[in-house]
Amino acid sequence: MDLTELRELAKKERAAFKSIRVHCCTSTGCQASNSLDIKKNLDTAVKDAGLEDQVQVVGVGCMGFCGRGPLVQIDPEETLYEEVTPEQAASIIDGIKGSGEATATKGDSQHPFFSRQMRIVRENSGKIDPERIEEYIAVGGYESLYKVLHDMTPEQVVQEITRSGLRGRGGGGYPTGLKWATVAKMPGDQKYVICNADEGDPGAFMDRSVLESDPHLVLEGMAIAAYAVGANHGFIYVRAEYPLAIQRLQKAIQQGKKYGVLGSQIFDSPFDFKIDIRIGAGAFVCGEETALIGSVEGKRGNPRPRPPYPAQSGLWECPTLINNVETLANITAIIGKGADWYASIGTEKSKGTKIFALTGKIRNNGLIEVPMGITLREIVEEMGGGVPDGSVKAVQTGGPSGGCIPAEMLDTPVDYDSLTKLGSMMGSGGMVVMDHTTNMVDVAKFYMEFCRDESCGKCIPCRAGTVQMDEMLNNILKGKATLADIEKLEALCQMVAQTSLCGLGMTAPNPVISTLRYFRDEYLRLIQQTSNGKVPV
Amino acid sequence: MQSTEAEPKAKAKKEAAHPSGDKRFKVLDMTMKRNQYRQDALIEVLHKAQEAFGYLEEDVLMYVARGLKLPLSRVYGVATFYHLFSLKPQGAHTCVVCLGTACYVKGANALLEGLEKDCGLKSGETTEDGQVSLVTARCIGACGIAPAVVIDGVVAGKQTREAIVNRIKEYL
Repeated sequence: MDLTELRELAKKERAAFKSIRVHCCTSTGCQASNSLDIKKNLDTAVKDAGLEDQVQVVGVGCMGFCGRGPLVQIDPEETLYEEVTPEQAASIIDGIKGSGEATATKGDSQHPFFSRQMRIVRENSGKIDPERIEEYIAVGGYESLYKVLHDMTPEQVVQEITRSGLRGRGGGGYPTGLKWATVAKMPGDQKYVICNADEGDPGAFMDRSVLESDPHLVLEGMAIAAYAVGANHGFIYVRAEYPLAIQRLQKAIQQGKKYGVLGSQIFDSPFDFKIDIRIGAGAFVCGEETALIGSVEGKRGNPRPRPPYPAQSGLWECPTLINNVETLANITAIIGKGADWYASIGTEKSKGTKIFALTGKIRNNGLIEVPMGITLREIVEEMGGGVPDGSVKAVQTGGPSGGCIPAEMLDTPVDYDSLTKLGSMMGSGGMVVMDHTTNMVDVAKFYMEFCRDESCGKCIPCRAGTVQMDEMLNNILKGKATLADIEKLEALCQMVAQTSLCGLGMTAPNPVISTLRYFRDEYLRLIQQTSNGKVPV
Repeated sequence: MQSTEAEPKAKAKKEAAHPSGDKRFKVLDMTMKRNQYRQDALIEVLHKAQEAFGYLEEDVLMYVARGLKLPLSRVYGVATFYHLFSLKPQGAHTCVVCLGTACYVKGANALLEGLEKDCGLKSGETTEDGQVSLVTARCIGACGIAPAVVIDGVVAGKQTREAIVNRIKEYL
């Protein structure tokens, strides 16, 4: 296939789009509320109304407003319906035909939840059918891959990514261009690209949504990455808990091969690239890159000391590039629109946009993509609509590796460095809002229990430390602790953070440290309660 | 000539299959073959084995170890490392309660406690008649509709104790 053929295909596909497209969300969240039945009923209703020439029902990926799902949106007017039931489907079509009124609840597609977003990664989410490569091509898909293969050298691609200022979206925030350059510089014929889709942070589902809504975007990003670093084989390591994402990826890879955008001699160039899917088996630690490599090799997911970094010696001791789903999903846009455009978005040190999963005690639950530098208050209060009853007490970011940010600090801009300064971290993008009913010591204990269970057991600080910290928190909650125990807990937190082998142990104490920093009075209250008003020493 | 040639082939085929004649082992054979008996496909093969057998009994682990030419210790090590592999039989129906952060903030712990009471089970246990297993998950990524529960592979959101019990009552 060459560029004219690709564009011809896109044109043909766009011409086949009907004038009215009814988008019905078919992601995991909405499927859980019968969105597949809704789609079936919409299809039948269109047929019954004889509107097949003008109206097309499309099963699309996530539209973002998961808390109000299932969602149906009519384009081009952008009329949004929320919490649709299969019974209401026919009335929506009646509404289009003009023979009746839609009985479904009308949503506001201009709500700040939508209007404050800036969509780069999620541009096509909720707009195209993720199970058809033709629709992805229709919106300009795979043109960036063509561009790099024919107009750019691998070095130029690496430079472009470096210039864009993109940083890893998996949590660490390592500059992506630098990582690519390291792998590209390594000698050897065999290199690998791994897409880390082991989204283990509880309360985060951005990667699932990207994979379910726009799988080809990730595949294209991987292919560009492979060309840039000189790899010919890629793996996507995805959680077994995401069956729909796996199914859509498998379909996407097959279609990609059929159209010649994956496989050998892609776009008639000497570049070969194949992608295999590896399915995880429920181990949080496998999100750590060296553990993930072990798991791809079919072994236990135990991390190993770095260096050597995977960029030097990774999968089967070959240089390996590991990037997160969202990082790879940014690549196509950077190549397509240029590094300067990308670098103009965001703050000085954090460029581009970030997807957050806004959940917990908040009115508007769902996924949002916002430019870096937006404040937490804008996200929580304007877009999220605040807490249903009461006020925000804290916002937890970064999952078990992050921390709780108290309400007083909501004016902090969201970027890598500001969040780290507050003792939390960007993490993969989970943002759980907590209100006055949430006990912060209990939250710390919740995360510690998580880390205790998920510790792989290889290094002692993490294996034994998490058990001890969990026990101490338990005692505090039960009111069996003294002030000395809190001091001991703090010392242990420092020790585990400084001496653990991998990121899991190093960051496991973060939720405890941050709650002790901002909500110390809650710890003290638990101690005072049991000693009849006297603080024991 | 023809018959002599066919005979060893048939014999070889017989040897490859499991002596018990259990057809589920054929599924395993096919999976291993599709993965070219590559040792790095161990996790894929174990997933398939658990799907076919419901859990990973010792016999299955030994069969996989032999098929992929791996030491049994390695296969056992992997099977016990990952949470999704179970070495004990599971119930005919499973009810997975998500305990991710968003579900936790929305009261998943209380939900689980209630279910434990209603079903007379602790999480991780199966009813005596082998009908229902109550399990927990770390996060199923359906945070927008928390608290979420997965019953027999189907995700259900915004759940209450009563709603779940109503759904699994018939199995209890």
